[in-house]
Amino acid sequence: MGALQSLSDEPEYRELAEKTGFSFEQIGILHKRFKQLSHNEDMLRRADLDTIPDLACNPIRTQIIEAFFDKRNFHQNGDGTVEEISFEEFLVVMSHFRPPALNMTEDQREKVRREKLRFLFNMHDTDNDGTITLEEYRHVVEELLSRSGALGKETAKGIADAAMLEVASISIGHMEPDEFYEGITFEHFLKILKDIEIETKMNIRFLNMDTTTLCNRDSSSIR
Amino acid sequence: MSVRVVLHSPSGSRSFLERGLLLLVMLIFLEGTVLTLGAASSPDISAQDNTGGHDHRGIAGSHDHTNYTYTKKAFPVLSLDYHHIQVPFEISLWVLLASLMKLGFHLIPRLSSIVPESCLLIVVGLLVGGLIKLAGEEVPPVLDSNLFFLCLLPPIILDAGYFLPIRPFMENIGTILMFAVVGTLWNAFFVGGLLYAVCQIEGTYLSQVELLPCLLFGSIISAVDPVAVLAVFEEIHINELLHILVFGESLLNDAVTVVLYHLFEEYSGAGEVTPMDVVLGVICFLIVSLGGIAVGAIYGILAAFTSRFTSHTRVIEPLFMFVYSYMAYLSAEMFHLSGIMALIACGAVMRPYVEANISHKSHTTVKYFLKMWSSVSETLIFIFLGVATVAGPHAWNWTFVSVTVILCLVSRVIGVVGLTFIINKFRIVKLTTKDQFIVAYGGLRGAIAFSLGYLLDKDLFPMRTMFLTAIITEIFFTVFVQGMTIKPLVDLLAVKKKQEAKRSINEEIHTQFLDHLLTGIEDICGHYGHHHWKDKLNRFNKKYIKKCLIAGERYKEPQLIAFYHKMEFKQAIELVESGGGVKLPSAVPSQVSMQNIQPKKLPPPVAERALPQFTKGREEEIRKILRSNLQKTRQRLRSYNRHTLVADPFEDGWNDFLLKKQRLIELEKKMSNYLTVPGAIPDSPTMCRARLASDPNAFYNIKASSDGVPTIQVDLASPQSPDSVNMLNEEGREGADRDEDQGLMMKPAGKGEKGEEEGGNKNPGLMRCLSDPGPSNEDEEDEPFLP
Repeated sequence: MGALQSLSDEPEYRELAEKTGFSFEQIGILHKRFKQLSHNEDMLRRADLDTIPDLACNPIRTQIIEAFFDKRNFHQNGDGTVEEISFEEFLVVMSHFRPPALNMTEDQREKVRREKLRFLFNMHDTDNDGTITLEEYRHVVEELLSRSGALGKETAKGIADAAMLEVASISIGHMEPDEFYEGITFEHFLKILKDIEIETKMNIRFLNMDTTTLCNRDSSSIR
Repeated sequence: MSVRVVLHSPSGSRSFLERGLLLLVMLIFLEGTVLTLGAASSPDISAQDNTGGHDHRGIAGSHDHTNYTYTKKAFPVLSLDYHHIQVPFEISLWVLLASLMKLGFHLIPRLSSIVPESCLLIVVGLLVGGLIKLAGEEVPPVLDSNLFFLCLLPPIILDAGYFLPIRPFMENIGTILMFAVVGTLWNAFFVGGLLYAVCQIEGTYLSQVELLPCLLFGSIISAVDPVAVLAVFEEIHINELLHILVFGESLLNDAVTVVLYHLFEEYSGAGEVTPMDVVLGVICFLIVSLGGIAVGAIYGILAAFTSRFTSHTRVIEPLFMFVYSYMAYLSAEMFHLSGIMALIACGAVMRPYVEANISHKSHTTVKYFLKMWSSVSETLIFIFLGVATVAGPHAWNWTFVSVTVILCLVSRVIGVVGLTFIINKFRIVKLTTKDQFIVAYGGLRGAIAFSLGYLLDKDLFPMRTMFLTAIITEIFFTVFVQGMTIKPLVDLLAVKKKQEAKRSINEEIHTQFLDHLLTGIEDICGHYGHHHWKDKLNRFNKKYIKKCLIAGERYKEPQLIAFYHKMEFKQAIELVESGGGVKLPSAVPSQVSMQNIQPKKLPPPVAERALPQFTKGREEEIRKILRSNLQKTRQRLRSYNRHTLVADPFEDGWNDFLLKKQRLIELEKKMSNYLTVPGAIPDSPTMCRARLASDPNAFYNIKASSDGVPTIQVDLASPQSPDSVNMLNEEGREGADRDEDQGLMMKPAGKGEKGEEEGGNKNPGLMRCLSDPGPSNEDEEDEPFLP
């Protein structure tokens, strides 16, 4: 059934494949998953993603779900959030996690790195002002540690503050006592995370094979 | 003794070599000593000793002689009994020689950068062996297989296993296993088979070498040696991925080698191997490897569990770890399982739990002991290799040896290239050609191959000496040629090097963030991938295992927080160790402090304008600085309730004293520098120091705080720093005023307790004078936050 479906959607898939870089099989599988999550509708809502049971124990669940509905990740220079997304937008967001191709030039690699880091940046910068302020960063760390039991906000604050200080130190260096560091801009963000080699880490293995069995199991648990 | 005189000569590299040579001479003088370390000396050797060329002061202590004529001798005032201490003495001499050699190499500056240490050590071994031979004595069979496998190899493997970077190892486990298992099998059969084919060629006089001994030889020589790889790769600082690939392979191929070796050794007598044997061999392989890992894991868990209760006997904590690991190795060897894999599993399993339980000092002890033992072992192994080369009976056969060397290289290259082609289909991050080259070129052989060859039965394998010669030649080739040239090749090919930067807290945060993000995306995609299972394992670990194995409440501590505390702790120690006034080396001299990142406050009411603003940021800064400088990171936060941690009053007192001294020195310097410089805003670090320095007893009041947050209670007896009064006062005022649900709570405990009220309107000018506008201070204070 899956194969027949993909054949019938060929022209759409081709366009999507060009846009996002996925192969036809991968698009087919993801489409199936999309339909499953959205209960066979055309648009996906936040509530649909909320129902995924495995996601419940993820500390940064809200941020992940938000990222899917964030217009900045749709590569259309948009802004703000939407209430529901189509399959194309779903695919575009997923494409941020594609592994880079084997033979890439340094420039292409850099581009991929920027794209992935931009995704992360957008996740942190919730008010979309182009910088990650201290409050936003604190929120990130709090969320990360939220599953760890009864730890006060103080620890999270301490860690976030230390991290912020580090960014400021690396990016700006010397600051007068009067000056104020507004927040982490995208350039600073790139700088502090350049050692992580994000293009090798932020990847998911998208299957080329059908995972009907898994999907079925999931769908039964969703319903 | 004559040696002692020499030791007092002026030091310099020359004297070390002289010392070494003198030691060699000493060795030669100890005639007839066969270095059967671990075995008791036989009686005829001791007889030789007594008749050897020793100085016999006084009357010879020949109490063992049975034919004593009862003549009254003078009471032996001084006697020499070498035999009594022979074995430990010789062991110590060897160890001393090895260490002195190592010392000497590093004193010769250029040598250690051109030639890897392993080569130099082999050369030293050759020299020693040569000297012994020149003296006409029989070179002791030092590289006895028992000694090697039971004493010299375990420390190195334990060191490697304990400090194994688990994350990259697990991420690349598929690749590593492929190289280790399939690669070694390929090498063994390729080399063995082709050698046999060559032997069958007319004119090489080798036709008596049969297939199975050839295959056995192939399996011995095909295994990449962890000792050699460690020795060479440590010096070239290659990037983590390649390091873990080659190193992981060298560790995991032990199981394959063990099985192949036993298989071919068993059946060399019988002369043939049936398919049934092959099937049994495969089963044996699974048992050997999985069994080894299981044994190691069991001992690791035992060690972790034991360490949970050691809070009252901190002194013997490191001992538990070493003994459990060694027992894991011995138990595995007892069942002919893979001892190396057992050790690795034991070290890797016990590490996270033990580190959470043991004290900082024990951790340091473990680290240093492991490094020390593995270093000495490695040195000894290479020296012994040299000595054994001189000693062993050799049967040189040009064809055999040269074909071996060439075949090993060829098979390694083909194996790596072929396997990478298959592996790259499954890897996200593919291996490039450069990577493949380094992996192939880094396949060094070492002492394990030699020991395995040495173990062969002379009768069953008449060509044993030829094998040994070939093995030694191969080892020499890989260690000398490949070992020496790999460094310039790495530079030439511009292979990525290891990043020296320490982990920054941002990277740590984002690594964790990425983990959760990727797990979440996988869940959304609906397939249970890599991250999903890792996440599940982590949660299982946290929920059940950590509860059992980690003492007290600390099992709840998430990784990020543990990392953060460790970082602070480390920096606090660095600060103390660097001594007063010495600038800590920093990658980026930062002059950013907390106040720069805090949002600006509204202008304060007029009454307070005269006084410097004391924002939340500074308060936080103070707290942070105090926290980092006081080295009580673990006790401080209320949420941690380490029932079992008993602070060592001695230790804390001494540290406090050091800190105090340092502070005093710093303060004096600052005060002399800045007294006349008006500063805009007084900087908290100086204030802190001023405050703390003014009252030497400030530290000791810390424990009085009930909720664990350190509060400095200052006795204002000393007149030198009226400013400190101001600060505290302000702090008290501000603290009380502010609604404290934001920012860190700095309990102004000093407010009520001591009479600091008088400070209200003290001269702000003086305060400003002591302020610290300069970069240098902020440098030091911001050190804790730099990567």
